[in-house]
Amino acid sequence: MRPVLIVLTVLAAALFAASLLTGPAGIGTVDGLRALILGGEGPMPIVMREIRLPRAILGLAVGAGLGLTGAAMQGYLRNPLAEPGLIGVSGMAALGAVIAIQTGLSATAALALPAAALLGAAIGVGLLVMLAGPRGGSITLILAGIAISALAGAGTALVLNLSPNPYAANEIVFWLMGSLADRSMLHLWLALPPMAVGAALIWTTGRALDALTLGEAAASAMGVSPSGLRWRLILGVALVVGPATAVAGAIGFVGLVVPHMLRPWVRARPGALLPASALGGAALLLAADIAVRLILPERDLKLGVLTALVGAPLFLHLIWKTRSGGRM
Amino acid sequence: MRGSVPVSDQIRGGLAAILLASLAAPAGAGPQRVVSMNLCTDQIAMLLAAPGQLISVSDLARDPRMSPMAEQAAAYPVNHGRAEEIYLMRPDLVIAGQYAPGPTVAMLRRLGLRVEVLPPAESIDAIRGEIAHMGRLLGRQRAAEALLARFDQGLGAARHDRDRGRAALYYANGFTSGRDTLAGAIIEAAGYDNIAADYGITDTTALPLELLVMSRPDRLITGARWPGRSRSEAILDHPALASVAPRTAGVTDRDWICGTPFILRAIEALE
Repeated sequence: MRPVLIVLTVLAAALFAASLLTGPAGIGTVDGLRALILGGEGPMPIVMREIRLPRAILGLAVGAGLGLTGAAMQGYLRNPLAEPGLIGVSGMAALGAVIAIQTGLSATAALALPAAALLGAAIGVGLLVMLAGPRGGSITLILAGIAISALAGAGTALVLNLSPNPYAANEIVFWLMGSLADRSMLHLWLALPPMAVGAALIWTTGRALDALTLGEAAASAMGVSPSGLRWRLILGVALVVGPATAVAGAIGFVGLVVPHMLRPWVRARPGALLPASALGGAALLLAADIAVRLILPERDLKLGVLTALVGAPLFLHLIWKTRSGGRM
Repeated sequence: MRGSVPVSDQIRGGLAAILLASLAAPAGAGPQRVVSMNLCTDQIAMLLAAPGQLISVSDLARDPRMSPMAEQAAAYPVNHGRAEEIYLMRPDLVIAGQYAPGPTVAMLRRLGLRVEVLPPAESIDAIRGEIAHMGRLLGRQRAAEALLARFDQGLGAARHDRDRGRAALYYANGFTSGRDTLAGAIIEAAGYDNIAADYGITDTTALPLELLVMSRPDRLITGARWPGRSRSEAILDHPALASVAPRTAGVTDRDWICGTPFILRAIEALE
């Protein structure tokens, strides 16, 4: 195992524990862990098991999913600007989720929520791959991403504004920015299985992505089936981003920042970047989720605010570099 | 609960008498064309106005989810709180709530209409004050006195001084209400201690779910569900809430929204 993976695993595990121990109830470390593992009487086990545990696991899973899909899309599109949040894949997933919730589909069948979000994400990533392709054209990718993002955002706002529910319109910000506040085990069981399948599917693309760095022709010569790779990638990204967005909203920039920071540590090999980015994404999202609880505990500050504060300057920097030097 | 049947009968009898009283009695010297544009002032105005004196209530007054007087409100033309429609009704008194849009109120005043703005009643004393104030505005002091007497009587029957345990109010987005709110006054009148006091909360503000669970309420009263669906309301389905207070059985429905004599029904429902 590479040292970078060990460091990232330790970091993510530490942040997972910190996430479990962060909260307004002021539960001590020992008491909290005992209540979590052994249970017992009183409200403390409920807080630890029903409130903090699902939040921490979701932080880990959603962060890992976003890091992984970001790395995979960047590898396939051969473009460092690709990221599910920015180019509308998460937005399309949010639109699917909002439609499932507001039409009542998610109330009749619980699986309708992740399924609709998955479908939205698949349409988003499918459109992007169709338009931009693996040749790495930045302009096409960004323009297509802007269009898909804008369409998804407007659709989400429209559906929520049409809802008869007085709270619905205020939730536009959740779907645009994401939050893990007060998610329960029910959400976890809804999102985790499809995300695991999607992650496994993306895992299998590692070697093909490595081959693709030599160019499409060389990759084909090495036995990589272009259409097979494309479909595995689209399906894998949709399976991860769709359910993650359905329960946590659209969280941007995780899939951008993490692969960018870790790329030098894996000698820029897309295949090796996949596990590193998953671990790094988990660590980043857990850290952001701890921060929102420490900075403004009473306000439910959205996760996307923090990730954008870190990620947007980096995004501008990347655009600057692609503008002056062709592509990276 | 033993003894609750005669009490609730008294309250229902009192409410019926209140409603009947509003239908009788001729108009006094007050304004003759009154428009109310707020759900809460609608109800007190309907309870007090002479026949024909109140010419319009807000559209919300007809919504059975929010208005305990939805049936009575069906007899009145509705307004939607817009200056133009209200001006065209030619009122000689417009009664607005404190949260009416400022520009609308300013526009109506500029058009020469008398607009009275009433704050929301957040306590039982404030409700009594509001009824008396409305009586003066409408020139219906006698009707207001009669309503107040019946309200006091109903309150005496409904109030519970015995300590009945700790109650928590929990609404969409994880909000709770403390002592200085109408909902807080209702659960206090019903004999419960509000857990919001543990955290120094006196008004309506967000309370993290963790803190609610840690305070171990005996009774949980959740916000009403609205049509359509929202993520904000999903917190009310959180398994942690169900495990901390299995005996939920309390929803802040239309009787909890406005400071009117109908809060007696809300207090009674907590028996």
